[in-house]
Amino acid sequence: SSPSVSRKLLLKLAVNLVYLASLKMFIQMFSDCPGTTSEKAGKGSACQGCPNQTLCASGATKAPDPAIAEIAEKMLTVKHKILVLSGKGGVGKSTFSAHLAHALASDVSKEVAVLDVDICGPSIPRIMGLDGEQVHQSGSGWSPVYVEENLAVMSIGFLLSSPDDAVIWRGPKKNGMIKQFLRDVDWGDLDYLIVDTPPGTSDEHLSIVQYLSTAGIDGAVIITTPQEVSLQDVRKEIRFCQKVKLPIIGVVENMSGFVCPKCKNTSQIFPPTTGGAERMCEELGLRLLGKVPLDPRIGRSCDEGRSFLAEVPDSPAALAYSRIVKSIQEYCSNLLTEEQRLD
Amino acid sequence: ICDVPDFSLRARPTGSLTHSLSVPPAIAEIAEKMLTVKHKILVLSGKGGVGKSTFSAHLAHALASDVSKEVAVLDVDICGPSIPRIMGLDGEQVHQSGSGWSPVYVEENLAVMSIGFLLSSPDDAVIWRGPKKNGMIKQFLRDVDWGDLDYLIVDTPPGTSDEHLSIVQYLSTAGIDGAVIITTPQEVSLQDVRKEIRFCQKVKLPIIGVVENMSGFVCPKCKNTSQIFPPTTGGAERMCEELGLRLLGKVPLDPRIGRSCDEGRSFLAEVPDSPAALAYSRIVKSIQEYCSNLLTEEQRLD
Repeated sequence: SSPSVSRKLLLKLAVNLVYLASLKMFIQMFSDCPGTTSEKAGKGSACQGCPNQTLCASGATKAPDPAIAEIAEKMLTVKHKILVLSGKGGVGKSTFSAHLAHALASDVSKEVAVLDVDICGPSIPRIMGLDGEQVHQSGSGWSPVYVEENLAVMSIGFLLSSPDDAVIWRGPKKNGMIKQFLRDVDWGDLDYLIVDTPPGTSDEHLSIVQYLSTAGIDGAVIITTPQEVSLQDVRKEIRFCQKVKLPIIGVVENMSGFVCPKCKNTSQIFPPTTGGAERMCEELGLRLLGKVPLDPRIGRSCDEGRSFLAEVPDSPAALAYSRIVKSIQEYCSNLLTEEQRLD
Repeated sequence: ICDVPDFSLRARPTGSLTHSLSVPPAIAEIAEKMLTVKHKILVLSGKGGVGKSTFSAHLAHALASDVSKEVAVLDVDICGPSIPRIMGLDGEQVHQSGSGWSPVYVEENLAVMSIGFLLSSPDDAVIWRGPKKNGMIKQFLRDVDWGDLDYLIVDTPPGTSDEHLSIVQYLSTAGIDGAVIITTPQEVSLQDVRKEIRFCQKVKLPIIGVVENMSGFVCPKCKNTSQIFPPTTGGAERMCEELGLRLLGKVPLDPRIGRSCDEGRSFLAEVPDSPAALAYSRIVKSIQEYCSNLLTEEQRLD
């Protein structure tokens, strides 16, 4: 009857209003939130009135995430895990990750995969010619997308309806996605898992290291360009690695000079005013894996989703890449030998 | 896929109505602070390494070349703050006064704030998750004693995440004149930049226009032009046509830009007659016109 319907509607409206008000309050609280795993969780001044205060103060949120153990279980079938990092953006991390994967997968007896944890700017699908592909779900989890029979890829790019869709997420949601990528993707047996990261030392980086903390990471490859503005950010990334005890395989210097195709004159487009990666590696006791020159064909190959190493195998850049890949392979197999020796 | 609000904890809100539904206090305080700032410009890009900080710094230098104008740069790239280096302020520290934090002055009429000034060493890493970064950005807007400004230029990190949501949120009442979007010519960049444009549309942030950096390289020896980052899908020009945006200009690659940035000097002052400097100047002029048109429009409506 009419009065009880309108009473119901009024009640519903009231509940929604209270919910909305609590929501707004919660959002405001959340922006000052010290973090659920922080020492101050539940105890900070911003925590007063937060509906999760009791939960945080009880210490329940600081308990190790069960996902870490699940991920370690999943990663038992992955022999080598390599992170590709840089403090600086636009230095060629994704380009390098993709081509490292192509190079490793050129040995058809090896199983290789690329995991793209750049949630806001996922370049890997484009670079590997997989724009528009979608992931499938099966009983054993999400299926990655296969470039070759032995080369699989996972990226948030595959979960978007269009490559232009923006993923406008704050940290916690990005972390959740990364956890899902590690725990729910059916990678199968892998020789190499290459993880491409966004620039910076924030949520994605902390999360990937945290979630793989039990599984273990072989090491990180640090990418830079020669100029000091890049090196400054890259040194921060190196500090990050040291802080989280992530071994550094070595440093790659991209965009290291340009040879004019007409007159063969070499220009340093990004001048190494403070000695480039070479000096930085000397100072920090790191291995310089190699220097890759600028080559317009790299950018073109990436845009067209093809492997530069297959397109122009004899170019100086491709040869530099190949030498770098070889060093990484040696590092990984030495690590394996060392582990076997210690067992 | 948009993230307002964000629930990472499983508990549902059950708290009572202890806060009003009005604007959160920090946003109102920031709006108050921003009353003395005439124009606020964000420099954005979905992609890293395209020249946002380079552009922000040089836009600031150009605007401040008119000594009657007060200009400031706010660097909200918390993990990779490049502005101090590019503006020759590496190693500088901020001071606290009764009226808040004092920014660092490059010139009498050009002030800068960056987390870089709060580190003991430029190599110190700031390894913070989102919420802490947001808190820092709030402090930058609320607690820095900017004084009267004609232009506040905000340099951002790449992406569409915490820093971007926060800066837009915290300035929501104060208002932002518009965003300048930086890109390079190749599709891998444009793909990320289109996401940034979507972000601007979603948060109703006007786009002043797009700048295409690294747009060709002229060999100093033989003068042959190479497209080092080939515009395989038509570059920023085609993207602007498709999206109805203004292409503010194309800046060629010039090794002297990188050198100037590393050495903390203004490229526009070092090599004012270079094609790159001339391109920059034209772009800056467009931005100035946009801002003064906006002011005229606001006055007309009042």
